Amino acid sequence: MQTFSHVVELAAGGAGQPSEDDVLAALAPRFTLGAPGRPRTVRRTWLDTFDWRLHRAGLTLEYLTGPRPAELVLSTAAGDLVSQPAGRLAWPALAEDLPPGPVTAVIAPLAGIRALLAAARATSAVQDLRVLNADTKTVAWIRADRTTVDHPAAAQLPARLQVTAVRGYQLQAQRIGEVLAAAAGLNGHPGRPLDAALAAAGQRPEAYSNKISVQLGPGMAARGALQAVLLQLLDTLEANVPGTIRDIDTEFLHDLRVSVRRTRSVLKLAGDALPASLTARFRAEFKWLGDLTTPTRDLDVYLLNYDEMAGALVSGTPAELEPFHAHLARRRGIEQRSLTRGLRSARFSRLAREWRGALTGLTVPRAGERAADLATRRLRGAHRRVLRQGGAISADSPAEQLHDLRKRCKELRYLLEIFASLFDPQAYQRALKDLKGLQDCLGEFQDRQVQQEELREFAGQMMGDRDVPATALLAMGELAGGLGRAQRRARDEFAERFGEFASPASDRRFQELTSSAGTSGGRTGTTGGSARRSANGRAGDAGE
Amino acid sequence: MKILATYNIKGGVGKTSTAVNLSYLAAQDGLRVLLWDLDPQAAASYLFRIRPRVKGGGKALIKGSREIDDSIKGTDFADLDLLPADFTYRNLDLVLGATKKPTRRIARLLAPLSDQYDVIFLDCPPGISLLSESVLQAADSLLVPLIPTVLSLRTLDQLTEFISGFNGQRPAVLAFFSMIDARKNLHREIAERLPAERDDVAVATIPALSQIERMSVERAPVAAFAPHSRAAQSYQALWAEVRARAL
Repeated sequence: MQTFSHVVELAAGGAGQPSEDDVLAALAPRFTLGAPGRPRTVRRTWLDTFDWRLHRAGLTLEYLTGPRPAELVLSTAAGDLVSQPAGRLAWPALAEDLPPGPVTAVIAPLAGIRALLAAARATSAVQDLRVLNADTKTVAWIRADRTTVDHPAAAQLPARLQVTAVRGYQLQAQRIGEVLAAAAGLNGHPGRPLDAALAAAGQRPEAYSNKISVQLGPGMAARGALQAVLLQLLDTLEANVPGTIRDIDTEFLHDLRVSVRRTRSVLKLAGDALPASLTARFRAEFKWLGDLTTPTRDLDVYLLNYDEMAGALVSGTPAELEPFHAHLARRRGIEQRSLTRGLRSARFSRLAREWRGALTGLTVPRAGERAADLATRRLRGAHRRVLRQGGAISADSPAEQLHDLRKRCKELRYLLEIFASLFDPQAYQRALKDLKGLQDCLGEFQDRQVQQEELREFAGQMMGDRDVPATALLAMGELAGGLGRAQRRARDEFAERFGEFASPASDRRFQELTSSAGTSGGRTGTTGGSARRSANGRAGDAGE
Repeated sequence: MKILATYNIKGGVGKTSTAVNLSYLAAQDGLRVLLWDLDPQAAASYLFRIRPRVKGGGKALIKGSREIDDSIKGTDFADLDLLPADFTYRNLDLVLGATKKPTRRIARLLAPLSDQYDVIFLDCPPGISLLSESVLQAADSLLVPLIPTVLSLRTLDQLTEFISGFNGQRPAVLAFFSMIDARKNLHREIAERLPAERDDVAVATIPALSQIERMSVERAPVAAFAPHSRAAQSYQALWAEVRARAL
């Protein structure tokens, strides 16, 4: 049910601060309070995905258990509340596995394939009070709530009075909220209790993102910029290790792999901005780490797309394909164990430790190349290579040439992402969009090919493992046919996609991007009027 | 969603007490319930302590220029909402008369509420009018309180005959004896005999009890302020029978 609520937070009852009774007394004479309900103890668990998808959307999700039936409550910053019965649930859980209801309907599309985790836990002493009008009709409920956080750290939150309107009495509830807030000496809406619970443990919500958020300045030394980016990539990598080992959802491994690939790209493209001894030493180790994660991720991709693939069968049926699903799930179990062993190994912990040590120990020379110059130079080179290799591809070119082009595109993409904060944000988005169109086509082409090869390998494994029904192999054959057709479609589209990327308009957008690096101050600086200055080359050296 | 209307051409037979008590018991059973107080006298609204006022009056509601949703009020009881009466409801016949297909109007207004409510009770004013015809066409079942007299049985037959002339959906009719005076032989005799003879008369009956009259003092359903009283038990038995037959 959807209701409106208004929350008033009471300051911790110090001397001179109004008590809860003082605040409630302010409702007279217009409103009176009914007999208070029986106090009860409620366990609250605040939930969000690892990457804070609900918090970013302005939502707070709580799972409440206690003497009453368990429920999920979703609230917006504006005070709207939606709740649904939840039954006994354990966390982490995928939103799609929650019982259906109005809360699930809102959060499932937001959370997607990311699991909901307990961000904080608390125990609340809760008491409900009726607020009556002159007809002694209940027009609102006040829930007095005293919450003690016990995870991630022990903390006592300020007492809260939450006013919830009875349907049709929103104006009165609003008035009650205002009266209480005025009596408590407060203005505006209090912050979210989850934020306060996290703050008590020195944490903040939305701290994690898989995006590179380091702010680089154009005048920053290239080495310093790479150092900052690489340290953030290492943070992201390490943040995803526990979730990958616990196998909470597929995106921990995904984000971990992206960090590894971005790190490898930086190591490859850094040139003399990083000491050669350093890159040589760690490139091999990060390749090992990347390879360690590949088999599980490939199987994840298969399993994530499985329902769609099975649903697209025309000749075979999803039931006939079931042995293949079982095989994928079994293989994934095996690969996940070996991945876990790798992430728990001495080799991995040494890599993480020594890499951090090497990065923090880097000396950043005062002289030397600036970040903006390195970014511009590398981006232009990477862009040139994509144009050259793509331009050489004809209708008859072998698949390997497209695979190589895909790698060049990825390098260009990572360079863009790494140096994103140096560019004009709009120019960045436009250039990224041009590249994405080409990348999607190349990705489709290669992924479908790899999946066909894997499918043959799986079929061989299944034949060797045990009795496998012929119908399963036939259905897999149909899948292979579908993958082959999808790959062909991507190949047919390539000329058009590349044509768009190599068009004069796209090229101009790329030039605008690279020339914005040194002049605009990037995302933090002013962007207006930078285009003309940048046309002359490198203006705006006065950055950092 | 089921629509149940408490209806009788005669007034003062216990329509509002029935609507108020059965809607309360339905909500207590976990159903999501709306009660629409269609009587400009506003007795049901009064019993739930809700002021009889609808923004824009009955005209805006019937013509659809205001969302019906915006006029609904929560009662003091979980899962039980009320669409209040309004004094302008006395003119509903005129408003209905100005709409297309007036006898289908109430059904069309209620249809969008089907995802919010399991049961809607309509508490109708007495009389036979365009409004009552629109209510009869909207209802899945009519709950008809009868005072056990020969004349009131005649009105039941007239009502049944009137409904049989409807095209399309016809509501099921369930009459029950109300305000039975235990001191009157005729009351006792009719109330005992008729349910056995006629399918459209319920076995459960509602006696004339002071607890029922007390509702206007307590301003609450009987089962809310005197849950173990004989009055509450009578309504409970009637609700059980209505639930089995009409839902």
